[in-house]
Amino acid sequence: MRLRVRFSKLGKVRFTSHRDVARIWERALRRASLPVARTEGFSPRPKLHFGLALSTGYESLAEYLDVDLVEGTIVDLAVLPEALTAALPGGLAATAVATVPPGTPSLQHAVTSSRWEVEVHDLDLATVTARTEALLAAPELVTTRQRKGKDVSDDVRPHLLHLQPQAHPAEGVLLVAELGAQNRGLRPSELVALLGDGAREGRVRRTHQFTEHDGTRCEPLPAPHALERAS
Amino acid sequence: MSSVWPVLEPILPLVSKPARYIGGEDGAQVPEHGPGRVAWLLAYPDTYEIGLPNQGLQILYEILNERPDAVAERTYAPWTDLEERMRAEGVPLFSVDTHRPAADFDVLAFNLSAELTYTNLVGMIDLAGAPVRAADRAIDDLLVGAGGHCTYNPEPIAAFLDFVVLGDGEEVAGEISAALAGWKAARVAGDPVTRHDALTALAGVTGVYVPALYQPVTDAEGRLVATRPIDPAAPELVEKRTVADLGQWPYPRQQLVPLTEVVHDRLNVEVFRGCTRGCRFCQAGMITRPVRERPAEQVRTMVAEGLRRTGYDEVALTSLSTADFSGVEDVVGAIVRSGERPAPADEGEGQGPGSSLDCGAGLGGPGAGLASDISVSLPSLRVDAFTVGIAAEIQRARRTGLTFAPEGGTWRMRQVINKLISDDDLYGAVESAYSQGWRRMKLYFLVGLPTETDEDTLGIATLARNVVEIGRRHHKNPSVTVSVGGFVPKPFTPFQWFGQNTRQELERKVGLLRDALRRDRGVQLKWHDPRATTVEGIMSRGDRRLAAVIEDVWRHGGTFQEWSEHFDLQLWLDALERQGLTVEELAYRHRTEDEALPWDHLSAGLHKDFLWQDWRDALAEVGLEDCRWTPCYDCGACTGYGIEHVVASAVPPAGGSQGTGPSPAAVPVALGRRPVPAGAG
Repeated sequence: MRLRVRFSKLGKVRFTSHRDVARIWERALRRASLPVARTEGFSPRPKLHFGLALSTGYESLAEYLDVDLVEGTIVDLAVLPEALTAALPGGLAATAVATVPPGTPSLQHAVTSSRWEVEVHDLDLATVTARTEALLAAPELVTTRQRKGKDVSDDVRPHLLHLQPQAHPAEGVLLVAELGAQNRGLRPSELVALLGDGAREGRVRRTHQFTEHDGTRCEPLPAPHALERAS
Repeated sequence: MSSVWPVLEPILPLVSKPARYIGGEDGAQVPEHGPGRVAWLLAYPDTYEIGLPNQGLQILYEILNERPDAVAERTYAPWTDLEERMRAEGVPLFSVDTHRPAADFDVLAFNLSAELTYTNLVGMIDLAGAPVRAADRAIDDLLVGAGGHCTYNPEPIAAFLDFVVLGDGEEVAGEISAALAGWKAARVAGDPVTRHDALTALAGVTGVYVPALYQPVTDAEGRLVATRPIDPAAPELVEKRTVADLGQWPYPRQQLVPLTEVVHDRLNVEVFRGCTRGCRFCQAGMITRPVRERPAEQVRTMVAEGLRRTGYDEVALTSLSTADFSGVEDVVGAIVRSGERPAPADEGEGQGPGSSLDCGAGLGGPGAGLASDISVSLPSLRVDAFTVGIAAEIQRARRTGLTFAPEGGTWRMRQVINKLISDDDLYGAVESAYSQGWRRMKLYFLVGLPTETDEDTLGIATLARNVVEIGRRHHKNPSVTVSVGGFVPKPFTPFQWFGQNTRQELERKVGLLRDALRRDRGVQLKWHDPRATTVEGIMSRGDRRLAAVIEDVWRHGGTFQEWSEHFDLQLWLDALERQGLTVEELAYRHRTEDEALPWDHLSAGLHKDFLWQDWRDALAEVGLEDCRWTPCYDCGACTGYGIEHVVASAVPPAGGSQGTGPSPAAVPVALGRRPVPAGAG
């Protein structure tokens, strides 16, 4: 049986890495006494499948993890988010859990885009607005990035799905951005670099991940409030 | 409550591994500070990854926070990238628990387990905002203390420290808090108390050494005659502290579970403290006597509760020689069985019927389908087949590598160092290991030991070659890793009088082994940098003149000297020269019996004449049996403090010449001078 968990990563714990979070989950699942299936072979590992990596330092309201349980396990899904959150360190919280049917594509393949809230410092709203409009108007945006230690040139324009600058209540500009995730996608830090001279990245938070299903866009697991309404 | 977090937070995205600085571990505490509580900032002078697992620091952290008169938080050395930015932004050293600046604490207490961290200690005191020299500190500055194995010779760092603690910290940490609580309350109330009042209060606690209250006395040639107290509050001899019953201290109760990867990232349960195997090079075995076992039932409880609380799937049973723990098979057996779960019917398909010899294919080690979810690691194992039997019990699935430490290349050499492992013990152990599925052996050796000849050094190559040969009977490509460290003589060991091998001599010996093993496929040689060994040797037995050297190296940027990418011998050589000191005098020369040693005013409980006799026995190649199961040699560690061994089993474990073995007479151990155990003569 496969469980899909949606979780958030907020506050100081955002400075842990993707690998750190994987280890934290392994311990949390043992603390919560969930019988996780293990790989066979010389050095058995728990069968956990993580979604897209979140860069160290970024927050998120929408991280995902698939967990394979030992066949025949019976779990009470209603209490699971709370039980898992209690087993996680502060700042990490399980916000929704559901079973996923066999054959569901892996998170890594299914997620096509993420929505981000990116704080942009040192530029005013008018400037950021003008520059985002210019980016969206460009037919292509060929940028040079590093891939496996080598410089690679990609057109990243297809990854700019939506850009919405708005005044930030505290400081600078809050740029809401939906960025493509497949074929390397585009990272928020790369987006800030595209904004050009003077732009400095502040706090970054992922708010959604999206999959395409029969032409409609949906989240791998609905946000918690939607789940509550359904139940 | 003040916090550096608002300033630190924007810096963290710019530095490597920022999770090292955020705290928030399971088991971390958020203590309530107050004027009636002595606030300790417990410090490890290396990175978070190295320092966090330190059990001594974690034990004190809990014990102090349980007291009504103390609070404790933790700090670790910020890596160079963060330190640079902290200095640029004016951020002081901070606790990872609440991100309080160091100046909000009363005591900055270091755990010192390696000499090469001394420059980090100075750097952290400076980053904490206190003058690096104790003599320059004022009433409101931090009291800087240190404990840990290095403090058995604290003289090189005495100038930086207000107080030093010798021995087990469980009881003395509370006594120090009590001694300082009244002083702090008076200071906070504005009463006329002085820093000297705090120092004399500390000097009144048994086990605490206050360097400022002592003065080295030298003769006309500048040679040390003695280190004498210059204040009535200071005792002539500072005695170490020893916890008599480990069962009364089941700590840490809430081992910290880090959010990011650290060394020894697992549950650690200390099964006993102290070791009386009597290896003459080993400072830990000398200064932590006598042997005090934790009750087996308490070990089982600490393991079970610790695993449940932390979510770890690995536990290490720690000690200086875990196979010597009474009833170790029962304890590890119980842990392994508790972690097992029945294999579902469809698992283990395609496995053979579990022949323990059939694991050459790399997949599905013996019993893989029934593998325990819990793995047990036993650091510091003896070299014998009995030990391999225990390893087989606990490592049913992942049989990758086993580590043995014969330390010396020939039986003669091992008699000198009193590590009484015969060649046959080693060959029996590896035969047993290879035959049960292990394929990689790691062997630890020392070079530069007293009386060592090139024959002894080359004996290392012979042993390694023979181990590979044994491996070939069982596997196609057995591999043996030989790790060689340069020997550094330590205070309070029989080898404290021995002149350390020069850097050139250590390099030559490593070269001998490289040449000898060049053509041997299957043997990988690794060695500790002789340049680092040399600097360790300078610190290990150095005196107060070295403070200027350490400070000089730090001022020239020499931090993180434990890290090969930062270690810089030239900084040390230049600093020594500027101070008019030589490596020859500090490390390379032999010391004489009548010579005053810089740590003579401190005591690890060991009689100096016992150590001297053991040194003579070493030179005469005379071995000495373990006193835990044989008559007392009167080393002083028990009798001097009115304590004794706490060992559940009255007889030594079976197997090998280190235990009683099936036929102890078969091993030609020359037993000398002191009472000879019945049946061994």
